[in-house]
Amino acid sequence: MRFTFDGRPMRGEPGDTLAAALLRNGVRVVGRSVALGRPRGIFTAGPEEPNALVRVGADPMLAATTVELHDGLEAWSLRGKGRVNLDAVALGAVDLDPANLDPANLDPANLDPVDERRCDKGYLHCDVLVVGGGPAGLAATVAAGRSGARVILVDEQPRLGGDLLNSRVRLDGAPGPDWAAGLDLPARVLTTTTAVGCYDHGYVVAVERRARGERLWHIRARRVVLATGAHERSLAFPGNDRPGVMLASAARAYANRYGVAPWRRAVVFACADSGYEAARDLEAAGVAVVAIADPRDGQVVTGTTGDADGVLDGVLIAERPGKERPGEARAGVRRVEAELLAVAGGWNPAVHLFGQARGRLRFDEELQAFVPDGPAPGVRCAGACRGVYGTREAIADGYAAGTEAAGGSAHGLRVPSCEDRRQRPHRPPAALWLVEGDSDEPAFADLHRDVTVADLARATGTGMRSVEHVKRYTTAGTGADQGKTSSAVVVGVMSALLGTAPGQVGTTTFRPPYVPVSFAAFAGRDRGELSDPVRTTAMHDAHVARGAVFENVGQWKRPRYFPLDGESMAQAVWRECVAARTAVAAMDASTLGKIDIRGADAGAFLDRIYTNVYSTLPVGACRYGVMCGADGMVFDDGTTTRLAADRFLMTTTTGNAAAVLDRLEEWHQTEWPELDVSFTSVTDHWATVVVAGPHARRVIAAVAPEALGLAFMRYTDAAVLGVPGRVFRISFSGELAYEVNVPWPYGRALWEAVLELGAVPYGTETMHVLRAEKGFAIVGQETDGTVTPQDLGMAWIVSRRKPDFVGKRSHARPDTARDDRKRLVGLLPDDPETLVDEGAQLVGSPGGPMLGHVTSSYRSAALGRTFALALAARVVPGDRLTAVSGGTASPVTVVAPVFYDPGNERREGEPLTDAPPPPRVAVPRRESPAAPFAARFAAAGTDAVRLRELPFEPMWEVRGADPGGEGTVLRLGPSWWLVCGNVSPRAHWVDVSGQRTILELSGPAAEDVLVTGCPVDLHPSAFPGHAQTLLGRTSVVLERRAPGVHRIYVRSSFTRYLAEWLLDAMEAL
Amino acid sequence: MMSLDCPHCGPRDENEFHYGGQAGVAYPAHETTDEEWAAYVFLRDNPKGWFRERWFHVHGCRTWFTVERHTVTHEIRKAP
Repeated sequence: MRFTFDGRPMRGEPGDTLAAALLRNGVRVVGRSVALGRPRGIFTAGPEEPNALVRVGADPMLAATTVELHDGLEAWSLRGKGRVNLDAVALGAVDLDPANLDPANLDPANLDPVDERRCDKGYLHCDVLVVGGGPAGLAATVAAGRSGARVILVDEQPRLGGDLLNSRVRLDGAPGPDWAAGLDLPARVLTTTTAVGCYDHGYVVAVERRARGERLWHIRARRVVLATGAHERSLAFPGNDRPGVMLASAARAYANRYGVAPWRRAVVFACADSGYEAARDLEAAGVAVVAIADPRDGQVVTGTTGDADGVLDGVLIAERPGKERPGEARAGVRRVEAELLAVAGGWNPAVHLFGQARGRLRFDEELQAFVPDGPAPGVRCAGACRGVYGTREAIADGYAAGTEAAGGSAHGLRVPSCEDRRQRPHRPPAALWLVEGDSDEPAFADLHRDVTVADLARATGTGMRSVEHVKRYTTAGTGADQGKTSSAVVVGVMSALLGTAPGQVGTTTFRPPYVPVSFAAFAGRDRGELSDPVRTTAMHDAHVARGAVFENVGQWKRPRYFPLDGESMAQAVWRECVAARTAVAAMDASTLGKIDIRGADAGAFLDRIYTNVYSTLPVGACRYGVMCGADGMVFDDGTTTRLAADRFLMTTTTGNAAAVLDRLEEWHQTEWPELDVSFTSVTDHWATVVVAGPHARRVIAAVAPEALGLAFMRYTDAAVLGVPGRVFRISFSGELAYEVNVPWPYGRALWEAVLELGAVPYGTETMHVLRAEKGFAIVGQETDGTVTPQDLGMAWIVSRRKPDFVGKRSHARPDTARDDRKRLVGLLPDDPETLVDEGAQLVGSPGGPMLGHVTSSYRSAALGRTFALALAARVVPGDRLTAVSGGTASPVTVVAPVFYDPGNERREGEPLTDAPPPPRVAVPRRESPAAPFAARFAAAGTDAVRLRELPFEPMWEVRGADPGGEGTVLRLGPSWWLVCGNVSPRAHWVDVSGQRTILELSGPAAEDVLVTGCPVDLHPSAFPGHAQTLLGRTSVVLERRAPGVHRIYVRSSFTRYLAEWLLDAMEAL
Repeated sequence: MMSLDCPHCGPRDENEFHYGGQAGVAYPAHETTDEEWAAYVFLRDNPKGWFRERWFHVHGCRTWFTVERHTVTHEIRKAP
C-alpha cells in the first residue's frame, strides 16, 4: 500500500495503522508538541495516543494509531497549535480575503479540503449491548446471545479480539486472533465502531468509521456490559517525552501484530509485570533488550539522552530508586544505549464509559489503579475494565457478565485452555508515579498538553488540592486524548506532591465523548436543506414561479413580497399595499394554525381559554379572541368560528399553532377532563387564500358565488371552484376581505384562479403594513410574554362577566393592574421619510429614562409617510419623544395606534356594479403534496428499496370508541383513531384527507432507511404494527403494512422535507 | 437521552416528549390571595431526589402523564 506522510511517498502493509506504517518506514518524529515544540514520536498503539496526531484528508486531527492505512492515504504532521503562515501573509503571497483566496498560494498542509464525507446516524435497540470485542466482551456476547437475548457487540478495531490481536497468547492451541475469528457470535456485530458516550437508561452512542463517512449509532439497551479493557500508563521521569519512549504494550503490539520492530536495542522500564511480557515479545521479534529497570528490584529510569534531532539514543538507569538527600546527585547512574524505551507503568482500567454512566470508582491499592466499585444502574464491567486481568480470567468474567445481563442461563460455556507464558510469580505493580532526575530535562505528566511535573507543582504550590482545579489550571487532561495516558500520572504526581494517597486525590469527571468525534458525524445528514424541516404550502411552487422572496415563519416558508422586474422590497410592498387598499389583492394564509374543536362542552371550554365569550356565539359567526397564559400575558390570538352547536374552528398564529394545540390539550387533560371536547389539527388539510380589497367581491363572485352575500364576521360552507370549501369574512387589513379555504390538493388551483381574476399577490410584509395601519397587534411582535391584553388597549376583549378564564386572576395582580405599564401607542416620525428602527428605544428627553421601544415600523402608501407602533409607559398622544438606535436619534410624536379608517368604514368594500366574472364551476386538477417528486421517486427505486406516494387517500380522525368497519383503522392514542380508505364517514368524523399524505417505502432495505431516522424499535417483536413517532426531524405515523412494506403518514406541509430526506437516505444506502 | 414509559405507547426516547414541570399543582378552585396566586403561577419545587413531574407525549399519542424521576440519577418510576 502506497501512502504519503508530509508529502514523502511511503509503503505500508494491509492491516497497518498509520502509526505502524510510519514505524515501518523508519519515521521516528511524527510531530512537534503543542506548546513547547518538542519533537514527539509514537507513544501508544491505540486511541489514547497523545503525540502522533496527524491531518488526514478533511480530518484536521486524528491519532495516527487509530487511522487504518489505505492505498493513496495522504497524512500530514501537525506542528504546534496550527497557525496562519504569517510570513506568507506579510510577503503578500497569501491574501486572507476569502474572496481572493488562491489555493495555489497556500501550503497544502494549511488547506481545508472539501469534506465529501456522507455521515449519517442510525437507531438500534437490544437487550444487551456489549462494548469491546476482547476476550471478556466476546465471552459476554456469547453468553448473552445463548441466553436468548438480542445482543449487539461494538468494537473499535477492524477485527475482533481486543488485546489478543497484540499478544502471542494461544487459546485452545490456536493463536488468539484465530480463536476470536472462529467464534459463532449470536449478535449483531459492529466493528470499527467506538462507543463514545454512555447516557441515561442504557443509551449508548457509538461512532462507526466507514470509508464514505462516519455513522453515529444511537443504541438503546436494556443492559450494558462494558468490556473496554485497560490502558497502560507511563510515569513521570525526566525526558520521558522523547521519540523512542513508548508504552511497553504498544511496542509489543507493533512487534506482534504488525511485525514492526525497528529497534536494535531496547530498555524496558518495568513497574509492572507486563514489562516482562513486552521484553520477551521484543526479544522474539529480534530486538535486543539490553536492560530491564524494575523499581520493585531497586532500579529506576532517571532520564534519557537524545541525538541531534532529540530522538532517544540512551537511557539513564539508577540502581537506587531514591536519593539520600534532595539535591544530591543520585548514585550508581549508568547510561545504556537504546533506540527504544518501553515503559510499563501499570494499567488503568478503561472506566471512561462506566464513569459517564455514574459508576462509582475506588482506588485499588493492589492494582494501583481506579477500578469500578460495583455496577452502575444497568451497566456492569467485565474483564480488564473491572481490574480482572488475564485472558482466562477475563473470559470467565465475560461469561458471567453476559449471562447476568441477559437475565438467563447459558449452557455449554467453556473457558478455553490458555498457554501461560508467565515465567515469574505475579507481583503487584510498583506504586511509583514520579522519578526525580538529575538533569534539567522536564518530566512530563501530560504529553499532549505539554504539562510537566513542575507545572503540577506550581498548581499544588498555589494551594490547589482538587484534581479538577489542577486540571483547569494546568490544562492537563484537556487535549484531544482527554487525558487517557496522563490522568493517572497527574493523580499520582499530585498525591506524591501532596503527600497523600491517589484514592484521596480522586479522578476528574468522565464526560463524553470517549474519543474525538467530528462535527460532520454529529451533523450526519441534518445539513443543508435537511438541517431543519422546511414547511411549504400547497401554493409553494406557484410562489417560486412568481419570483416571491420568502421569509421563514417558524419552519414555514412564506412569501414576504412578490417583486416585479427590478422592484426593490419597498417598491413591491408599496405596490401591493396600494392594490389591497384600492383594488383587490390576495395572500396565501394557509400557514395559520387551524384546530377543529368538537364536543358538547366545546363552547364552555373556549370560554375558559379565551378572554372573551364563545359559548353564546351564534352558529355561522366568527369572533376574534385573545388567549392568555395563567400569568395573564397574551399567549396567542386568532379568529374562532362556530361551525355547529358542538363544533368550532379555531385559527392560531402561524408560529404558535403547535403550542396552542399543546396547551388546549394540557388544560383539557390535566385540569378539566370532565369536559366533553376534543381537538384535531386541520392546519394542513385546508389551503387558505385571503382575498382583500374594495373589489374583492369580483373575485368571490367567480370562485365562490354562494359566499357573495356573507356578512362581516360570518362563515359559510360553499362550493369553491366547484369543490366543497369554506369561506369566512374576516379582515386583518381593514378592507373587504374573505378567507377562502379548499382542501390542500386544490390550493394551488384556487390561488392561480384568484390571481387570474385580477387579484395582486401580496406577502407577509404587506400584510404587516396593512394591519399596523389599522393598529392590530401581532403576537410575538407587539408582545413578548410581558404584555397583557389591557396593555395592548384591548380591555374590551377581556370579559368581566365570565366567572373565570385562564389569566383572569393575574390581571388583578398589583403588577398587571398598575396604570403606569407600557401600552401600545402609535408613533409618527417628525420627518415623514424617516423609518425608525424596530427595537429603537424611546426617551422623553436626552438622558431621560427609557419609556419603551418601537415594535413595528413601516412606510405606508395609504398615509404617504412612515409610521410606527410602540410599547411605551407614561405617554399620551401628543407627547414628543426621541427614538434612539444605532447612534441615531429621531424625533417622533405619540399618536393613537389606529392610523387608517378608525371608523371601520372600508370593510364593506365596493358593491358589484358592472357584470361580475362568471362563476368558475369546472373542478380543477388536484395536486398531491409529493406530486413534484414522482419522477425522482421512480428513479431512486432499486431492488432493495422503492418509494412512492399513495396520493389522495381519504382520511378521518375519529374520537371515542374504535370505529371498526371498513378501511384501515390506526389507533393514534387513547380514544383517538385514524381511518383511511374509501369508506362512508360518520357524522362526528373530522375530514383530514388533506392533512397528510402517504409515502410508501418498500423492499428488503426499507428498514435500513428507516433506522437512520426513526428512534423506535422496529423489530417485529417490539413494533406494534404502527406508531406515531419521529422520522428525520418530523412527526409521522409509521405503519408496517407487511414485511418490508412501510407506510409513512406525513403532514402535507412536511412532505417535501421528508421526501428529500428519504431520497437522501436511499442514495446513502 | 432518557427513556420514558408512555402509558399508551410504551418506552420512547425523551425527545418525543415535552416536559410539563411539577405535577400536582392544581388550578386554584377558590379565591386566592396575591401570594397564593403568585405561588401557583410562579413557584415550583426543585428537589434533589425524587420529583413528581408531568410529561406530554407530543410526537406520539399526545397523552399527559405523571412519573416520579430522581433528579440526581434520572431513575424513573411510576407515580403513586
